[in-house]
Amino acid sequence: MTASAVPALKIQRRSLYPGWFYAPAAVVYSVLFLAPTLASLYFSLTRWTLFDATFIGFDNFAQFFREPFLIQGLVNTVIYAVITSGLKVVVGMMLAVMLTSQIMARGYLRSVIFFPVLVSTIGVGMTFTVLMHPTLGMINQSLALIGIKGPGWLVDPKLALFSVALVDVWKGVGLATVIYIAGLVAIPKDYYEAARIDGATKLQNFFYVTLPLSRPATATVITLSFIGGLRTFDLIWAMTKGGPGFASDTVASVIYKQYQAGFYGLSTAGNVVLFILIAVLVVPLTMFLNRKQGFE
Amino acid sequence: MRSRASLFGGIAAIAATFVVFVIPFLFIILMAFKDKQQSALRDFSWPNGFHLFENLYEVIKTRNWMMITAFINSSLITVVSVTLLIVLAAMVGFVLARRKTKWNGLIEFLILAGLMIPPAVVPTIWLLQGLKLFGTLHGMILIQVAYNLPFSIILYRAFIATIPRELDEAAVIDGARPLDVFFRIILPLLWPVTVTNIVVQSVGIFNDFTNPLYYLPGNQNATVQLTLYNFQSQFSTAYNLLFTNILLITIPPLIVFMFFNRQIVAGMTAGAVKG
Repeated sequence: MTASAVPALKIQRRSLYPGWFYAPAAVVYSVLFLAPTLASLYFSLTRWTLFDATFIGFDNFAQFFREPFLIQGLVNTVIYAVITSGLKVVVGMMLAVMLTSQIMARGYLRSVIFFPVLVSTIGVGMTFTVLMHPTLGMINQSLALIGIKGPGWLVDPKLALFSVALVDVWKGVGLATVIYIAGLVAIPKDYYEAARIDGATKLQNFFYVTLPLSRPATATVITLSFIGGLRTFDLIWAMTKGGPGFASDTVASVIYKQYQAGFYGLSTAGNVVLFILIAVLVVPLTMFLNRKQGFE
Repeated sequence: MRSRASLFGGIAAIAATFVVFVIPFLFIILMAFKDKQQSALRDFSWPNGFHLFENLYEVIKTRNWMMITAFINSSLITVVSVTLLIVLAAMVGFVLARRKTKWNGLIEFLILAGLMIPPAVVPTIWLLQGLKLFGTLHGMILIQVAYNLPFSIILYRAFIATIPRELDEAAVIDGARPLDVFFRIILPLLWPVTVTNIVVQSVGIFNDFTNPLYYLPGNQNATVQLTLYNFQSQFSTAYNLLFTNILLITIPPLIVFMFFNRQIVAGMTAGAVKG
């Protein structure tokens, strides 16, 4: 290649991959997502009516950590995220192992488990609200048939958050399962072969081959469902509206309630709290999950 | 012996998934066939009489044919925002995968931030009001584009990285102008991941409840997810209509699922593993 051809190719390469290709996406993203996010840092420090904002320092945040129902919302959010992501990991893994084995009707099983992922969350929430009715609901009526007195799933303050979390798992476990299936089929068969020659039992196979080698899938499932759990709003809103009392309120439902009540500054502070909560919990979590293991 | 055990295991799995995953849907269907009195019992029983069509008619004409408006609105929002998403995300993904500059790190950070950070609701409303976009379909479409861009970009970037760079250069040598390289060579090659993008994002945007709730108030702006609340306030216990409504809005995702099952799973797992 001659010396004069080099700059020509460089110029061409630049216009082949033009920087302005970023521009339309950058404008939409900056104006409608980044700018409000940055603005929220200021407005969370104000008493705000949308027309004028009075600077009040950290009062909104102080209120967030003083009012018992707001603190409960914060605690509930973490509990909800831990329960849903934990159950999705365990159940998703079990279903994926089952679906990658020689089981009959695999297509049917896979479709049936995955389909709820695509259904409207509000529709699912309303359906299960009816199914979980303490006396008329199908779940408790079925339990009564075998002589068990079912609990008041959504009306018992101790149980409401947990019941919503169960429905979340019902709806979302299909996604965890397909992620695990993708992870499991990528494990080379040689490992199982070697384990078989060494006389490993099925359980040993699972704990010493499948589990460690599906670690990337586990990291994905935990991260996704943990973030989703922390941000969850629609399912809670469709099922309990945060009730009974404030028993199943999460930060996201608090944000909506404060917005409806016209406390825009407090609502925005809720947004910032949720943002910090996600950053503080998820960043170390992903770093821990994606760390290199000692023997690799 | 072994095959008998796996036979029992298979039957047990089919029975268990039937109870857990299929019965709730059967319940929805049965309720949609019932009349008001029978549906009020909320039990798992055979409908006495076929009332699906009258329920459907009732659901569609409620609140001055709100369901029709809602389906039009939701379809418009879904189609336009997915189209915009695909063009914008493919452009970003293309340059991001091909050109390594000092900006790449910042862009990757912004993409991850977009996936993680919950949108700041009230400041967004304030901003939309300032732009005269609050409560309009245009505003809603742009919001959906902004919120869903990061996921689409990730899908595209991963796919573009597998297309050899020599192809671009060969096209240039054959006389293609720079923009032709993207729009006439690369974009058609991206078709598989474009289908995945279309399917995954359409389902997500069609099912979105939270964003229309905040940014698109007003009856004339209703989207299909919001129609579900029609029967809680107005009829209080019209369970037959509520479940007919649920059945009605479950049909579009069901159709998509039947035709694009493979692409949905591919998109959700690929995007997930990268993200």
